Amino acid sequence: MTERQVTTIDGNEAAAYVAYRVNEVCTIYPITPSSTMAELADQWSAEGVKNIWGTVPLVMEMQSEGGAAGAAHGALQTGALTTTFTASQGLMLMIPNMYKIAGELTSAVFHVAARSLATQGLSIFGDHQDVMAVRPTGFCLLASNSVQEAHDMALIAQAATLEARVPFIHFFDGFRTSHEVNKLTLLTDDEIRAMIPDDLVLAHRARALNPDRPFIRGTAQNPDTYFQSRETVNPFYAKVPGIVQAAMDKFAGITGRRYNLFDYFGDPAAERVIVIMGSGAEAACETAAYLNQRGEKVGVLQVHLYLPLSASHFLAALPTSVKSIAVLDRTKEPGATGEPMYMDVVNTLFEAQATGTLPMAILPRVIGGRYGLSSKEFTPAMVKAVFDELRKDQPKNHFTVGITDDVTFTSLEVDSNFIIESDQVVRAMFFGLGADGTVGANKNSIKIIGDDPEFYAQGYFVYDSKKSGSQTVSHLRFGPDPIRSSYLVQSANFIGCHQFNFLDRGDVLKRAAQGAIVLLNTSPHEPEEAWDRLPRPVQDEVIAKKLEVYGINAEKVARDNGMGTRINTIMQTCFFAISKVLPRDKAIEKIKYSIKKTYTRKGDEVVKKNFEAVDNTLINLRKIAVPATATSTRRLPPIVPAGAPDFVQKVTAMMMAGRGDELPVSALPIDGTYPSATTQWEKRNISTFVPIWEPNICIQCGNCSMVCPHGVIRSKFYHDASLEKAPAAFKHAPIDARGFPDIRYTLQVYLEDCTGCGLCVEVCPAKSKEQTGRKAINMAIKEPVLEAERANIGFFETLPEVDRGRVDFSTVRGVQFLPPLFEFSGACAGCGETPYVKLLSQLFGDRLLVANATGCSSIYGGNLPTTPWAVNHEGRGPAWSNSLFEDNAEFGLGFRLTADKHLGYAQELLRALADKIGADLVDDLINAEQITETDIRRQRGRLAELKQRLSEIADPRARQLLAVVDQMVRRSVWIVGGDGWAYDIGSSGVDHVLSTGRDVNILVMDTEVYSNTGGQMSKSTPMGAVAKFAAAGKQVGKKDIAMQAVSYGNVYVARIALGANPQQALLAFREAEAYDGPALILAYSHCIAHGINMQRGLDQQHLAVESGHWPLFRYNPAVRESNENPFILDSPRPKIPLKKYAYNEMRYKVLAHTNPQEAEHLMDLAQQAINRRWTMYEDMAARSGDTFHPKFKP
Amino acid sequence: MDLRTTYMGMELKHPIVASSSPLAGSVANIKRLEDAGASAVVLFSLFEEQLKHDSAAMEHLMTAGTESFAESLSYFPEVDDYTVGPDTYLDLLRRSSAAVDIPVIGSLNGITNTGWIEYAQLMQQAGARGIELNIYYIPADLTTSGREVEDRYLDIVKAVKAAVTVPVAVKLSPFFSAIGSMAKSLDDAGADALVLFNRFYQPDFDLDRLEVAPNLQLSTPDEIRLPLLWIAVLYGKLRASLGATRGVHTPIEVVKYLMAGADAVMTTSALLKNGVNYLSTLRDGLKTWMEIHQYESVAQMKGSMSQQNVADPTAFERANYIKTLESYKGNYA
Repeated sequence: MTERQVTTIDGNEAAAYVAYRVNEVCTIYPITPSSTMAELADQWSAEGVKNIWGTVPLVMEMQSEGGAAGAAHGALQTGALTTTFTASQGLMLMIPNMYKIAGELTSAVFHVAARSLATQGLSIFGDHQDVMAVRPTGFCLLASNSVQEAHDMALIAQAATLEARVPFIHFFDGFRTSHEVNKLTLLTDDEIRAMIPDDLVLAHRARALNPDRPFIRGTAQNPDTYFQSRETVNPFYAKVPGIVQAAMDKFAGITGRRYNLFDYFGDPAAERVIVIMGSGAEAACETAAYLNQRGEKVGVLQVHLYLPLSASHFLAALPTSVKSIAVLDRTKEPGATGEPMYMDVVNTLFEAQATGTLPMAILPRVIGGRYGLSSKEFTPAMVKAVFDELRKDQPKNHFTVGITDDVTFTSLEVDSNFIIESDQVVRAMFFGLGADGTVGANKNSIKIIGDDPEFYAQGYFVYDSKKSGSQTVSHLRFGPDPIRSSYLVQSANFIGCHQFNFLDRGDVLKRAAQGAIVLLNTSPHEPEEAWDRLPRPVQDEVIAKKLEVYGINAEKVARDNGMGTRINTIMQTCFFAISKVLPRDKAIEKIKYSIKKTYTRKGDEVVKKNFEAVDNTLINLRKIAVPATATSTRRLPPIVPAGAPDFVQKVTAMMMAGRGDELPVSALPIDGTYPSATTQWEKRNISTFVPIWEPNICIQCGNCSMVCPHGVIRSKFYHDASLEKAPAAFKHAPIDARGFPDIRYTLQVYLEDCTGCGLCVEVCPAKSKEQTGRKAINMAIKEPVLEAERANIGFFETLPEVDRGRVDFSTVRGVQFLPPLFEFSGACAGCGETPYVKLLSQLFGDRLLVANATGCSSIYGGNLPTTPWAVNHEGRGPAWSNSLFEDNAEFGLGFRLTADKHLGYAQELLRALADKIGADLVDDLINAEQITETDIRRQRGRLAELKQRLSEIADPRARQLLAVVDQMVRRSVWIVGGDGWAYDIGSSGVDHVLSTGRDVNILVMDTEVYSNTGGQMSKSTPMGAVAKFAAAGKQVGKKDIAMQAVSYGNVYVARIALGANPQQALLAFREAEAYDGPALILAYSHCIAHGINMQRGLDQQHLAVESGHWPLFRYNPAVRESNENPFILDSPRPKIPLKKYAYNEMRYKVLAHTNPQEAEHLMDLAQQAINRRWTMYEDMAARSGDTFHPKFKP
Repeated sequence: MDLRTTYMGMELKHPIVASSSPLAGSVANIKRLEDAGASAVVLFSLFEEQLKHDSAAMEHLMTAGTESFAESLSYFPEVDDYTVGPDTYLDLLRRSSAAVDIPVIGSLNGITNTGWIEYAQLMQQAGARGIELNIYYIPADLTTSGREVEDRYLDIVKAVKAAVTVPVAVKLSPFFSAIGSMAKSLDDAGADALVLFNRFYQPDFDLDRLEVAPNLQLSTPDEIRLPLLWIAVLYGKLRASLGATRGVHTPIEVVKYLMAGADAVMTTSALLKNGVNYLSTLRDGLKTWMEIHQYESVAQMKGSMSQQNVADPTAFERANYIKTLESYKGNYA
């Protein structure tokens, strides 16, 4: 038998490691938090890693989880050992196939990183709502509580399913287990093989469909036999508990790690017992052990095999002394008499009593409670609160723990001071930026320490809700015993703050233990200056808790050592130098070893540079003297300004401050409805460098404003008399148009909301005559101008909004004057999608309805705490919603159906009430054209008049009319999403919606990859590009969905690229919106997942078009009215080879390095495909109009 | 007729060598160069700076935005065998050396002392028959003296010579105050060949965009003058072989370079312009010229018009300058 290997990995890898080795086929689809399992399977397959039978499993990405389940079903039915990995909505999409797979008694394990379901809001975080929703399918449910268990149970489940012929869901908690890094003992291939008898594998294959011994399976059955057939499976389910226990026993014999269906921990004579499954069980056991030591008779029953629930095993596992039981469910079933596990326990005990098999003298009291939804923390204090409740004469049933429910008063009181962190354990918290490498360094530290046989290590990482400038908090524990604390560090004896300004924002020191060590990156200040720069409350806390503070000007050390802004190695070195986890010399030696391992391939120079950085770190690290009393007079700045609305002050600000956990139920909206326009209250100040406008060089073209992904560049023109009260530093210039001598122009940058992406500078065409390196907008350090610019922005906002009737909507120059109603989103700096979204909001925002597919755009568009969809000065703005990933086209069509129905109804009522309202007004309202902004303004005027008249009409139909009358202003319905949605999971919906002929506009922001879930291949991914699930380069070309849509004949279709031709993009938006029928716009969106310098994103768009990869065109069926050719090519014949565009992007370049021959081959094929497609497009563009589909009016 | 020559201690079947260019970027192309008649091939340059840049760019671009947002902790699959080091280059060197019979010479453009030595050794291990050091250095720092620049060249040559056993050529620029002395010093430092001269990247201006723009231009036949002068002057005075490069477009330039004293004549522009098979045109043209003019061997021609062998050695010096001006006046004044 091969030697056991100890390693530190996360729960996803732990489970996938086994799943991959015991299967032949993996059907996959990305969904957080399970994606990593699929990614690893795909990667291993690409690398040729073999399963235990010596063959490389086949891994196939599907178009949705429904597809993955369908393909898994097919592979299983034809005899392949097959698995899939999923979570949440993905599991919901698998349900139809799960019934089939179970009904056909098929051996299979699906591995699930359990996650919340989308209800009043989407959540990517962990609970058991998804797995609880598949209880009726016939799949068994086997829970893992820790990273080691995720590894072990994956195998036990596989062994059991082969024996039992009943399929299993093996699940563990999303994020808490799937993403926790912990030390575990890896199973060897021999151990795995020993658990999987070949006979059972052969039996599985023998049951397969095979034309050499044909049968049919999957018949249609009738009332005569369906029912009985359904009962045939009972014996198989009856045997499952025995089979699983036997597999667990065998596993214990092989590995020494023992599990049971129900594992009891605690006092053998416990009177109070918590029944729980998943990661919460770890915290519960830890707490029970602590309370046992203090004489409390408590215990915890960990559930592993939840379904089918074996009453006999359950009863046998419970101590007979138990008097009261709390069953904790990590799920919520509104309207149910109780959550499922509670109901099952009640029923089990009740049936036992009824049948005389109850081992206890008296039926224990049972209460049920909910905890931990959406990865809500579940701490020892909460466990204790439950134990305390069980002691009461009248304990609360159907309680919640971990929140404050001040509406239905379900929640238990929790003593937040009850903390049981062990002094044997180093508990460290690190506050960093996503971009500064803190998490990476911590993962490295965990590896370094975890590799030491004397230590156990655990790491868990918390990220914020923005994609740019995001804060990360790392929670690390190191100790001599296995670490079971399945909750964030509560009392840290080491705190690293890697960005000095964090001390002004959050409660960095809140969890610092008495006497803890604090490490500050004091940049841009020297450590000696740091104390005086701390705000008063921070100084107070340092003194009160007697914290030992160290500081280093890490950015300076990094700069001096030629490492740019990467401070990770420096901060990591400091941690090892002062935390005393390992002896200092040993620690430094290990860091250097790790550096050598990581950077050797990059050359000796790089290694040397890092070594020098380590040495210089030790020289520059300083202990900061802490005086006896605080010296600072500076208070923490308010989270939001005083002028923010009430909801923002009371609710949003709490979330922004990282105190959302403290919000009671009553504070939160009941149905997921939140106010628009809240990003404006969150001045994130994430960029040191911001654009500064030069009025004297500027030609007022509007390009910078157009491309700004974050809506921070605004323009106004106004009469020069308005400048009377302008601050001295307020910049302005005469408007660049003849005949308006009194009109001034200002381009105002909202510095505090800028991410510093630099796209505005890249796109600016105006250069100084004297210094060609200087443009009309240039990046500069923010700090010196911040105060003055704050005043300028304040003044700018008092200037009147430009009259939309005076704006030329047809030019980029004109559009800059339309205020964006999508602003300051948390998208990546330099995002290629958001300029399109912003443009949409500028053009049609005040009558816009947006259906947004789940993905990047729903996250930067709708992730709390603050959201970017805004309102204009009249209080109007886009109405936005996200339903799901797969159904967005249908969801948006529903918006249109309401609009059409209510418009029709309103017209009927108008006609019916025409005598009372006035025939002329009715006639105008119904027949007025609504194409231009002036038309819309006039209709709004008529509507105001109508409302006035209706308010004076007593007829009940007038009330009905008032309820729908807003539809008289033409609604602009936009269905928005990415390529993962439009090309894959939502493809059939997109297709169907386009076929209806209804007036909807579909905007596909095509990044050619699943961006939000981290870069997996979609059907839009181009040939030759490397992506997750296409590690060896995509072998087939992308789907031309534009031509699919063109084939309908009556669909407006445009392919646009803002960076290549903003004018054409603008034209396409306006034509699509004006077209009275379905429209599809495919918008090239450069993306961080392309592996590009995002500052050059627009250049890449340009090259994409120039190379013919992304030819621009419009297909406008309206043109058919005049018998013209509706297919208009908007970009010239390709001028450069594809390579010239592609090899600026890592997604292509990677393959050229890993497999140059294949890269060359694929590049050649892709070039040929481009040439052929261009010929076809040219041919279409040259044909006469009558060769196209006739004009079709729905 | 004997076209053989000896360059860097290697016997070549004729003096026309395919010089360092993108043409020598794949095994297939190198094979085509051999088939077209090249007597040796110098691979395109391995740029240490480029490797470092690529490595840093890869690190930056593939990790940008990672570990920031819970759903997308990375954007690319883990790729273990991604190499931005010299592996691709060395692999080409290894495979092409095995695939052709003619010598394959590695070309190295380094920026650090360690880089020069390490990569030269790796090239030797990969089968390079010789190494050409393409020392590309623009002393834009106004405090760097000429002596410092010269020392830098000499240090590199000494270091590389100490580290490898295969012959080492130095491709140098014409921007030295005293090229003769510099050539002698390089010869003393152990250089096995001097290649005169490399063409510096000289940026152009893009007036539409008001930007400095890279603008690579092919050489013209006129450009042979400067190397021709110095080869003629250096011939017979050094131990090192002399390689001529720049401006070879027809067999005439080959002949001139050989007569000046070149041991090998290198060409790129003509091949980029006319295709790889033009090599045979050059070779056959040389042969024809020699036949017409009744030369028996390249050895016979070599250096026949060098400074030491012409009737008027001052023709290469200042007197020649005066004569040129006079002839100019005579023709056009």
